[in-house]
Amino acid sequence: MGLRDTIFGRTKQVAPNLDNLFALSTAALTLQSELDLVTSGQGGLCFKAGSGESTITTDDDIKELLDFDSTNNKVTLTTDDLGFKWLVVNDPDLEALVTRIHAADTSMVEHGLGPRLLCAVFGFVPKTPPGEGSVRLVYLMKQGTFYPFAPTGPSQRNNELELRVRSFLSTDLPIEKELSRWMALWNLPVN
Amino acid sequence: MAKTKIESDHGLNVRMFLTGLGLVALYAIIVSVMLSLGVSVVLVVIIAGALIFSQYYFSDKVAMFAMHAHEVTPQQEPRLHEIVDRLCLLANMEKPRVGVSEMDMPNAFATGRNPNHAVICATRGIMNRLNDEELEAVLAHELSHVAHRDVAVMTIASGVGMLAGLVSRIALFGAMFGGGGGRGRGGQNIVLLEMATMLVSIVIYFIAFLLTMALSRYRELAADRSGAILIGKPSVLASALVHVTGDIGKIPRTDLRKSEGMNAFFFAPALAPGTAANLFSTHPSLERRLDQLNKLEKELNG
Repeated sequence: MGLRDTIFGRTKQVAPNLDNLFALSTAALTLQSELDLVTSGQGGLCFKAGSGESTITTDDDIKELLDFDSTNNKVTLTTDDLGFKWLVVNDPDLEALVTRIHAADTSMVEHGLGPRLLCAVFGFVPKTPPGEGSVRLVYLMKQGTFYPFAPTGPSQRNNELELRVRSFLSTDLPIEKELSRWMALWNLPVN
Repeated sequence: MAKTKIESDHGLNVRMFLTGLGLVALYAIIVSVMLSLGVSVVLVVIIAGALIFSQYYFSDKVAMFAMHAHEVTPQQEPRLHEIVDRLCLLANMEKPRVGVSEMDMPNAFATGRNPNHAVICATRGIMNRLNDEELEAVLAHELSHVAHRDVAVMTIASGVGMLAGLVSRIALFGAMFGGGGGRGRGGQNIVLLEMATMLVSIVIYFIAFLLTMALSRYRELAADRSGAILIGKPSVLASALVHVTGDIGKIPRTDLRKSEGMNAFFFAPALAPGTAANLFSTHPSLERRLDQLNKLEKELNG
């Protein structure tokens, strides 16, 4: 924040950084070879709905905005217990999943909703269960970085596995360096 | 001053105003005494500067101590941390430390000398009274204070006011002895001049005090605005304000007095509504704040 903003007590809205989203494809190969993790076929986009026409208010508006086929049940929209909206996409192909999420992001940015985006989440599960346990890769929209999230219960996470994922993916992905930003997303609707 | 005993029915804001004025007068007297004792001007400025600086540097510790607040881990307060986490990531800002005050008075505050040393704190009272969405709105307001560096801005503002008073004091003091020396004036003249000097510096301190209060109110409105934009729903912040301010009026004043010193960094001033003389208030009136949020809501609705 600049000096002028400090003096006048203003904050600028932060635009999302979508550049690094496609880096996930190479990371997926590493995940499979090193940790035997493959895509769960689910990805999600988390954002905060605001009020007003410039912002989307109802689920219908969002679906229309993102141009969903109503007969297509690949996409669902839910609200979590903190009031954030989740757009959950089902697709067995990771590339398609990333493309879909990126398209939704771009569409929201075009409608001036970029500042409302929080994160995108991609699920990864052991190819041969039980394996090491499942991991979500979370893409922080504003920071343009990824971090692993491996919940093991209602409010427990497997930090050891998360740190191992980081060590394997640090060359493929821009991993969030600030560990305090590895936000816990309990009860997230993406598996 | 004839009577220093101020009944609570005069309104808590009168008390606060007199406290501020008293501090200002005290400060002027201390400086005068130091100067007349022959302490060098440089040393006086250094001492005054050190006082202001320590107030700024230890703002987080002082505020946490005064509010009986303690830092909490994500394990202790998962909900609060989750809300702050998301707001910080949404706004792309450093996550401040998170604290809870066990007080039942519904309030929240943010303090700390810079965003890296910031603490955001909610009382148990506000967490019990507001729903998650409203609590999020309140925390967004407090995070805006952190982003706007309001602790630094307000410290500088009050420091500049003190400095202005101090400089005028020194200038008049110097003029008095420089011009009046060796003319054989009576002792009474000196006393009169001394009193006039004191009066001028008190007036300057007083003006600085009023300006600081005005600035504080402006910063509150700015934080309301940024907070409302961050969560995208000005109406939710408005609803939280109504709940918090409405509740405060019901709480016995004896409980509130304890935290008056904290007013500048509170979400809602710890005063009963209706007693606030606007000019001396650190926070804008509820009407003013709701008005702004209402306008913002209309703007968002196009």
